[in-house]
Amino acid sequence: MTTGPTVALFATCFNDTMWPDAPRAVVTLLERLGCRVVFPREQTCCGQMFTNTGYADEAVPLVRRFVDVLGGYDHVVAPSGSCVGSVREQHPWLARRAGDEGLATASEDVGTRVHELSEFLVDVLGVTDVGASFPHRVTYHPTCHSLRMLHVGDKPLRLLREVRGIDLVDLPAATECCGFGGTFAVKNADTSIAMGADKARHVRDTGAEVLVAGDNSCLAHIGGMLRRQRAGVRIMHLAEVLASTEGAR
Amino acid sequence: MTLQTTSHTFLGMPPFPEAARAALANTQQRRNLAHATATIRGKRALVVGEVERWEELRVAGADAKDEALHHLPHYLEQLEENLTARGATVHWARDAEEANRIVVDLVRATGSDEVVKVKSMATQEIELNEALEAAGISAWETDLAELIVQLGHDRPSHILVPAIHRNRAEIREIFLREMGTVGRAAPEDLTSEPARLAEAARLHLREKFLRARVAVSGANFAIADTGTLVVVESEGNGRMCLTLPQTLISVVGVEKVLPTFADLGTMMQLLPRSSTGERMNPYTSMWTGVHEGDGPQDVHVVLLDNGRSAVLEDELGRQALRCIRCSACLNVCPVYERTGGHAYGSVYPGPIGAVLNPQLRGTSSPIDKSLPYASSLCGACFEACPVRIDIPALLVDLRTKVVDEASGRSPEAASMRATAWMFGDHRRLEAAQRASTLAGRLLGGRSLRSIPGLGAWTQARDVPNPPRETFRQWWARTHGDDEEAGS
Repeated sequence: MTTGPTVALFATCFNDTMWPDAPRAVVTLLERLGCRVVFPREQTCCGQMFTNTGYADEAVPLVRRFVDVLGGYDHVVAPSGSCVGSVREQHPWLARRAGDEGLATASEDVGTRVHELSEFLVDVLGVTDVGASFPHRVTYHPTCHSLRMLHVGDKPLRLLREVRGIDLVDLPAATECCGFGGTFAVKNADTSIAMGADKARHVRDTGAEVLVAGDNSCLAHIGGMLRRQRAGVRIMHLAEVLASTEGAR
Repeated sequence: MTLQTTSHTFLGMPPFPEAARAALANTQQRRNLAHATATIRGKRALVVGEVERWEELRVAGADAKDEALHHLPHYLEQLEENLTARGATVHWARDAEEANRIVVDLVRATGSDEVVKVKSMATQEIELNEALEAAGISAWETDLAELIVQLGHDRPSHILVPAIHRNRAEIREIFLREMGTVGRAAPEDLTSEPARLAEAARLHLREKFLRARVAVSGANFAIADTGTLVVVESEGNGRMCLTLPQTLISVVGVEKVLPTFADLGTMMQLLPRSSTGERMNPYTSMWTGVHEGDGPQDVHVVLLDNGRSAVLEDELGRQALRCIRCSACLNVCPVYERTGGHAYGSVYPGPIGAVLNPQLRGTSSPIDKSLPYASSLCGACFEACPVRIDIPALLVDLRTKVVDEASGRSPEAASMRATAWMFGDHRRLEAAQRASTLAGRLLGGRSLRSIPGLGAWTQARDVPNPPRETFRQWWARTHGDDEEAGS
């Protein structure tokens, strides 16, 4: 029953390697919504870690690879606001910096067709009720790049509100950075931990059982802290909640 | 008279992570900053939120600054012409040393051994107070927060509120201990009530206002088409300095120039809202050269470059010169809120300091090399900036400069190259993933508390176990080895 568009999944290297449940949930969810999902195997990484640590030259071949492997699709979807932000905002800059105007134009063009999951669901498919069911107390952390780079606004929350059985509670100081920041988490570990401690405290204050976000990188940081504290809060990617049919009749 | 000895300078600061570690342990400062920044953030959000066309204003502000910066020689010459025509004397200073020499000579020529100062970032940047003291001239800071910093032999930690790291109780102690050593002492029964503290400062400063014959200021804006300098402030102490003395010397960064008087209207809608979270600030002083029988009769303007021309040559980086020193980026920065300003090793702290310092000073010192990395790139600064400086993009660009200057000679560079090689071909990534899933299977349900080399991560966070199967292994197993799903 593939009545919807064909979607190329950009799994992102971090999810592919460490958090496969998120891209798997994207496949489940999009197929349930009638899309035809493809996974171009030649994809690897958007290069964000290199770019944001100052290794722009190392990132340029990955920009080229992204355009070559995913440029031919009408819709590319990734379960990461941060990686989509890097593709849209940083790829053209990286190409221009390397003096490759052709690649810059191509990556700008591809960038218009690359979507973070909630953008694709709400803006392209036009759905907020994705038929999910998840009977748990949940709080949602809007990650910085989805919020301030992609401007996804309340799209993830609109999707979560339609989930059957969910007890969605507001996260205090939600828009404040969790302190992950890629290599910032190790280069400035003390500051990162200070920020993460406050975020974890706000999460605990909600009494939520599950912390949800659209980026597993931020979740690895906050979740790693909550786990160290034996806080009794687990982390889940937005895609996993939206793919869930737990407790559905 | 006692010679004022000003604050310690920021020379020889350790890299940011080290300075931040010490600052994070200062619980009193953490509490003071969390309280102060949250208060200003709230006020700003309220008064920015009530402006319907805020985004249009931001664009207009950025455009006005860009117009000036992209034609800087033209507007500076116009400014000089109009200032000179109205009786002011214009001096040009390539760097801090030249600017300090000009000011010291001008003060000496008046025969005065003291100056009163209007709060000014440019004079902090060039360490003018230290230069004046070395020449036997006392420089009295008259902005309340700058006075607290100076009396406390401290360093500024915020652009707008240099003593933001101090609370009322600490300020009372500083006043009681120090005021008497450099002028009128604080009343012995001084309490930490804001009104009493302000009264003590008022009495202490009034003595200096009424005595001083020379004032030194900066300027928030310098308007080319009229030759008008503008100082925007809250307390009125600046206005005392700008009107009472005979001689007024203003040190103005060349990027402060605005093309037209009309541009000031835009800026005055942006600056107070972004800065103090007020619709309008209490005191805005403007002066255009010399007015006979009214205000200072000997008016000097020192136009300061000090690295700005070099920043202007950088097509991306020059947007940092739009900065109007409002501090909105500091107040919304989660890093600044926790580390405070001293960790940034400069009078320009916070996100804009992390950009400006390496731009103006270069990236040779440990602190300037580390500043571009003193951010999680969360983007709150860009969102708050009234002149749309894309601080995260500038930080990333500066990081590439730091890396390029190191010429690949670090363990980090080697590991980045190796990782980039792995990502260069999906088959290499798949090979690496096989090692990772093997580790995942070997670990089973046991959790990792520490991994050699990952101490910076594991000191406070558990490490996720690698999964037994990567996504692409699952895909190959369930959707076939070809790239597409079965339809």
